[in-house]
Amino acid sequence: MSAEGAPDFHASSSKALRDAPLRANFRRAMDGLMAKRAAQFPDPAEWAALRARAAAVRARSLAKLPELLEALEAKCVSNGLKVHWAATTGEANATVLSILRAHGATRLVKGKSMVSEEMHLNDFLEANGVESVESDLGEYIIQLDGETPSHIIMPAIHKNRQQIARLFGRKIRDAVYSEEVDALTATARRVLRQKFFEAQAGLSGVNFAVAETGTLCLVENEGNGRMSTHVPPVHIALMGLEKVVERLEDVPPLLTVLTRSATGQPISTYFNMITAPRGPGEKDGPREIHLVILDNGRSRIFADGELRATLRCIRCGACMNHCPVYTRVGGHAYQAIYPGPIGKILTPQVEGLARRHDLPHASSLCHACTEVCPVEIPITRLLVRLRAESARSSAGSSVLDAGGGRSRLEDLAWAGWRAAHASPALYRMMTRLVRLASPFVPSRFGPMKAWTNVRSKPRPARRTLHELVKEKGLGDG
Amino acid sequence: MAETSREAILGRLRAAADPAPPDRGAAAPDFPSGRYLPSERLPRLRRCMEAVRTEFVEATEEGWPSAVRDFLVAQGARRVAYGPSGPDGPAFAAAFRPGAPPELVPYDRPVEEMKTALFTDIDAGFTSARGGIAETGTLVLWPSPAEPRLLSLVPPMHVALLRAATIRETFGETLKVENWAAGMPANALLISGPSKTADIEQTLAYGVHGPKRLVVVLV
Repeated sequence: MSAEGAPDFHASSSKALRDAPLRANFRRAMDGLMAKRAAQFPDPAEWAALRARAAAVRARSLAKLPELLEALEAKCVSNGLKVHWAATTGEANATVLSILRAHGATRLVKGKSMVSEEMHLNDFLEANGVESVESDLGEYIIQLDGETPSHIIMPAIHKNRQQIARLFGRKIRDAVYSEEVDALTATARRVLRQKFFEAQAGLSGVNFAVAETGTLCLVENEGNGRMSTHVPPVHIALMGLEKVVERLEDVPPLLTVLTRSATGQPISTYFNMITAPRGPGEKDGPREIHLVILDNGRSRIFADGELRATLRCIRCGACMNHCPVYTRVGGHAYQAIYPGPIGKILTPQVEGLARRHDLPHASSLCHACTEVCPVEIPITRLLVRLRAESARSSAGSSVLDAGGGRSRLEDLAWAGWRAAHASPALYRMMTRLVRLASPFVPSRFGPMKAWTNVRSKPRPARRTLHELVKEKGLGDG
Repeated sequence: MAETSREAILGRLRAAADPAPPDRGAAAPDFPSGRYLPSERLPRLRRCMEAVRTEFVEATEEGWPSAVRDFLVAQGARRVAYGPSGPDGPAFAAAFRPGAPPELVPYDRPVEEMKTALFTDIDAGFTSARGGIAETGTLVLWPSPAEPRLLSLVPPMHVALLRAATIRETFGETLKVENWAAGMPANALLISGPSKTADIEQTLAYGVHGPKRLVVVLV
């Protein structure tokens, strides 16, 4: 029942597992990120208190989501921003394009935004004659190579410096070949400075949007986010509708767990709080700020009281850094905007279980993600819930394409299983049949392949328990 | 189209929202206080910022303008941008003499007239810091008409004046005690070091897009 053309995690992860350089790149990076995060939370009691506080802030924000969004909109409008709502990514793309067209802008410079990845904004804008340049170093690297991010915080983490040096040599005019990180960074700085200088509009994501003051908060280290939001005359901010928080004082508890969980920093280099466009007498800053609030399936996730916890996510990436599956296969194997554990619960809910029912199964349920999540999203529990939803036979679920992972063969097998276990005669016949036929069944047979591909074929005992019990003269109860 | 999407989205959310939001965490989150004694705040801020390659110049209330000038001369800065009507702009400018380098460039016109100079010609930007945060090693800046945003962003060196008395414990305390919520500026910034990235192999590199050097003048 899988949807036509659905991504195949089994195939892509198998391919990734055979890619030794890729695995080395991820192993090294994830080990580094885990160690850095651990150093930021040396005291378990403090960690427990910090995450409880952050989780409470997010839970409260979601509990009041519709009213907070309206309050945010009202505050932003009174601060001089323009607010747009988009139910779908298509609508959000059209909104961005119409803003750019209104300004005759054909050169856009972008700070990092995962929502823009959801929208496939770059492709859309290029097709409409707008140059859209990623300015986060990692995003810039993958854009040059025509790739998508393999990690939500470190988009180019799948590449090593040699690969990046060759890429720059191929794609950047006058690039002096060097495998030194400082030299590669300097090359990107030179190219992108010119882009910031020329850009007619800048685009960013939003880490937190404060309803109380109408403030958009951006977390970054490079300064490209500030360049994108302060230099061009127009700033477009994209946010998923779950990003709103109630009060300004809700921000510090989230900021501290975000930067410490993500990259092991006590704080990022820049925390940029934008409340209004260029004011009277101000010499710089954008003259116009547009806020685009995107749904793209989020309101559906919100409808389920348990799955709603998915929307608490502050996009720190700690779950993927600690995931044994992610570390081994990397981000691209998921063929999704959001890889790793958060992606395994988010993607099936956005794209539907018919297409992505394989993702909730791409987990050993080891709980590492749940343990490090700074906003206490019960990721493992939600993975199990989505497995159940994908096999669901009854109506009444708000999950997109619930039951989309059912297979007729599996249904049939379970029906047979149930029948055999309800009738002693049938049960005996079945065990005998399995015992007799088993040696003649090849180990890679039909549906058994899914099991025997990575495990040895089960070998039934020569005599059943019933027979042994009978032999000992005990009653066959 | 936008209007109907707005109504549709809010309608779906309202239909699903809890009738009574959970009490958990309804109270204002507390900021931890008393962790850093006043005497520990400056050393902590300095330690955190130096760990990410921030430079410090110590000076006195009377002597800082000439200390900054001497520092800039020693660094070979030729042109330095500043806000002439900034809180410390006049005192800063008084330390410079026409004809003697570095040349002061007042950022007193719209960016459209200043952009080329800022991007190509200016070696350093000078601003005041509104305050500091000990816990994370952070400068607090509120850019304003007198001290525009790009002074602390575009030139390769950012020199910021910080008075030790303005250092608070945490960001949460800063927001609360100064009651930011009552009137946010168009732009507020926390700056905790020079621009940096670890996007290539997790290897730290400084000066990717913003200033390559951050110099804190400590008074």
